[in-house]
Amino acid sequence: MLNLTINGQAIQVPRGTMLLDACQMAGADVPTFCYDPQLHLAGSCRMCVVEVQGRHNLQASCVTPCVDNMVVDTESPATVEARKIILELLLARHNINCHVCEKTGECKLQDYCYRYGVDDSRFAGEKGHFTSEDPNPFIERDYDKCIMCTRCVRACDEITGAQAISVKDRGHHAKISTVFDGKLADSTCVFCGQCIMVCPVGALSSKVSMNKGRAYQCEKVLTTCTYCGTGCTLELNVKDNQVVGVSSNRDPVYSPVNQGALCVKGRFGWDFIHSEDRLTTPLIKENGQFRAASWEEALDLAASKLKSIKTEYGPDSIALFSSARVTNEENYLAQKMMRAAIGTNNVDHCARL
Amino acid sequence: MANEKRVLLEYADQIDPRKAEDYIKVGGYKGLEKARSMNRRDLIEEVKKSGLRGRGGAGFNAGMKWSFVPQYADTKYVVCNFDEGEPGTYKDRIICEKNAQALLEGMAICATAIDSKQGYIYCRGEYPFMVKLLNDAVQSAKASGALGDFDIEIRMGAGAYVCGEETALIESIEGHRGEPRFKPPFPGVSGLWSQPTVVNNVETFACLPYILTNGADWFAGIGAASYPGTKVITLTGDIENPTYFEVPTDYLLRDVIYKLGGGIKDGKKFKAVQVGGTSGAFIPEQNLDTPIDFDSMAAIGASLGSGAVLVLDESRDIVDVVTRISKFFEHESCGKCNPCREGTWRCREIMERINAGKACPEDIEKLTVLSRVMKNAALCGLGQAAPIPIDSTLKYFKQEYSCKLITL
Amino acid sequence: MTEYQVIIDGCKNLKGGIIEAFHALQDKYNYIPAEALREAARQFGVSEAEAYGVATFYSYLAVEKRGRYVIRMCESAPCHVAGADELLKEIETALGIKTGETTADGKFTLELAQCVGQCQATPVITINSQPYFNVTKEKLKEILADCK
Repeated sequence: MLNLTINGQAIQVPRGTMLLDACQMAGADVPTFCYDPQLHLAGSCRMCVVEVQGRHNLQASCVTPCVDNMVVDTESPATVEARKIILELLLARHNINCHVCEKTGECKLQDYCYRYGVDDSRFAGEKGHFTSEDPNPFIERDYDKCIMCTRCVRACDEITGAQAISVKDRGHHAKISTVFDGKLADSTCVFCGQCIMVCPVGALSSKVSMNKGRAYQCEKVLTTCTYCGTGCTLELNVKDNQVVGVSSNRDPVYSPVNQGALCVKGRFGWDFIHSEDRLTTPLIKENGQFRAASWEEALDLAASKLKSIKTEYGPDSIALFSSARVTNEENYLAQKMMRAAIGTNNVDHCARL
Repeated sequence: MANEKRVLLEYADQIDPRKAEDYIKVGGYKGLEKARSMNRRDLIEEVKKSGLRGRGGAGFNAGMKWSFVPQYADTKYVVCNFDEGEPGTYKDRIICEKNAQALLEGMAICATAIDSKQGYIYCRGEYPFMVKLLNDAVQSAKASGALGDFDIEIRMGAGAYVCGEETALIESIEGHRGEPRFKPPFPGVSGLWSQPTVVNNVETFACLPYILTNGADWFAGIGAASYPGTKVITLTGDIENPTYFEVPTDYLLRDVIYKLGGGIKDGKKFKAVQVGGTSGAFIPEQNLDTPIDFDSMAAIGASLGSGAVLVLDESRDIVDVVTRISKFFEHESCGKCNPCREGTWRCREIMERINAGKACPEDIEKLTVLSRVMKNAALCGLGQAAPIPIDSTLKYFKQEYSCKLITL
Repeated sequence: MTEYQVIIDGCKNLKGGIIEAFHALQDKYNYIPAEALREAARQFGVSEAEAYGVATFYSYLAVEKRGRYVIRMCESAPCHVAGADELLKEIETALGIKTGETTADGKFTLELAQCVGQCQATPVITINSQPYFNVTKEKLKEILADCK
């Protein structure tokens, strides 16, 4: 074990612990932008710098291994000055329109500016001009709000494996980009939206949820995705009894299967819930026209038709094609019905296609 | 040239750097022979004892650096940093043009010490002709048998000053964007392709054959005690003899300018000198009687760095020169960390405003705080050093800034 | 195999050598054509986005078509104090283009460079990486005339 003193408090940590974790154990709230426990370390945003006695420069705590007898101050004057200046530098390039920004209320840039009292940037000069039109239906990309933490690049590579984006150019011209800075739809992007999940600011947001409600206005209802049998956990964002979006719950306790990662359907394909096209009662077709029916009537009709087909053509003239969108138990019952009640092995499932 | 002490450049223009035979005729590859006869620990001790320190930005003891390489690893690499990007610097090119075989021998000595079979020379993209020369030199050395089973491959950079930073250089050899890695882990433990790697520059490697041949004590006796040996320096700017020299490290800066350099061009007066390249501090007249060695330079808030010496005469506009330098750093920042990516941009903006006579005293305060944060919090040496020219000129030439400010 | 593939194939044995492949492509085309970049990404097993990120990181790599002669004016401090700004204006006037542009006939591209390590003879320009020393207004005319 290593002995450290953090903000005057003595703590012990196992060898190999990173300083950021040690600070958190000691109860210090160290701000971070680029740090993400699910992703490889970048050490680039420098917000997590802390003062370590005897070290020449401030240390980025997320990439600094703990050493025995370290004495650390997480809010020293030099540390606070560095964080404030970094925030001012980011503000100077930022498209500040918090009043209409989707991320207001859950934006790290906003939170840290509030925390450190950074109301304006003394470095205001030329702004970035990074954003270009991307007409995809899902992901809004406003790189004039980007803070270059590269969490999206790492998530795209390390969580999804799509490798659709990287960093192009260098210096302050550097920006997140697909190959040849083209549209996402022309890239290897699968529109899973993991980039939105990890983006700490308003640079990436969901077009589907746009203008439908801010994070703090929504109740988050933990549920399981209905699209397939994987069983991903997601949060339905509910405002005024309407689902207005889906967000990730990255806590492995609540989201053991996917730890927040979703696919395009789970993250963006929730608009069917309140769709007017959605069926709410069974329909029976008579003379080429559908009419509403009760479940009892519909099931009786289906059962009698199946029976008559079986009698006339034999059980193997019937097949059942089951869906990934129903539960395992329902799938089990479906094949049981075919084998036991109908008497055929003609059972298949969309997941095999 | 009087006052020079030529070790690395003793046979300049007398031997063909491409040909191992030429080099062997003047005593070349004797040091490697000796190194191979020693056990590895003694070899590293010998290099440590010589006091050889890196001829680049950090001035780290070379033998010490090698001693960090773990012995258990199967693959280890020797990497030569030939990415001398500091404006005003061309000493590594001169060493290669005059004595490339000494570099190869030095790398092979390092390979012997750390038990490596593969070396890389990362040559800056501005020198494609040097890639050719080095390839010929390696071929000749291999054919002569001098290198034994140690192979050296030349890789070419593509115009990125930041790749002079050892981890950015490693990233570039691996085929990535030249963005520095955070340290630790240091390359000695996990470097090229995550294997233990020693990175030294051309001049550092080229000293080794002479240390091995003549002994550590001989080397330690040359120049300044804490930074022994010779240093190849390149003189540029308003100087009569804008060329290169090899001098002992206790040589005085004043003598560099007035003895070797022949004084200020056209009989003008001296104003300032920037040592170590564009990331170095500007030094005023009052500090000229300082030896050029690493520690003496550090003591006056400057750095020896690459050994580039840019001399400015009395007619030069310091603010204009520093404005240009700030544009250099804006251009060369890799963009990975916030303080450097955004800071170099804003430094250039403010410097241009001052230079154009459109700035007010608050702009100087902004520069000062920005520079402090960049030094304290940037990820690598580039961002930490970028404000040094601004700071040093604000310290010694404040008047030149003041007279350009708008005061109400 | 296409010409691109042959060039890239020549670097395939260099571990991580995508930058070497880019250099080889530029030796032939003076820039990295889009299809060649995609092919290089495939050969070296990196994503296209990453290959593009690498190609745009380095000043000496270009993903847009350039002239047959790429002229670079060094603008670092030693060349700056030797009159780089004035010389740059001369070059712009002589070629009738601004920095960053290519002449209409596709012959010249003018770029700025940071130090090219030839500071013994400032100001320095390079044409396709070949340095020219102590360049003056008069010398410039000869140098450009020699570019056929």
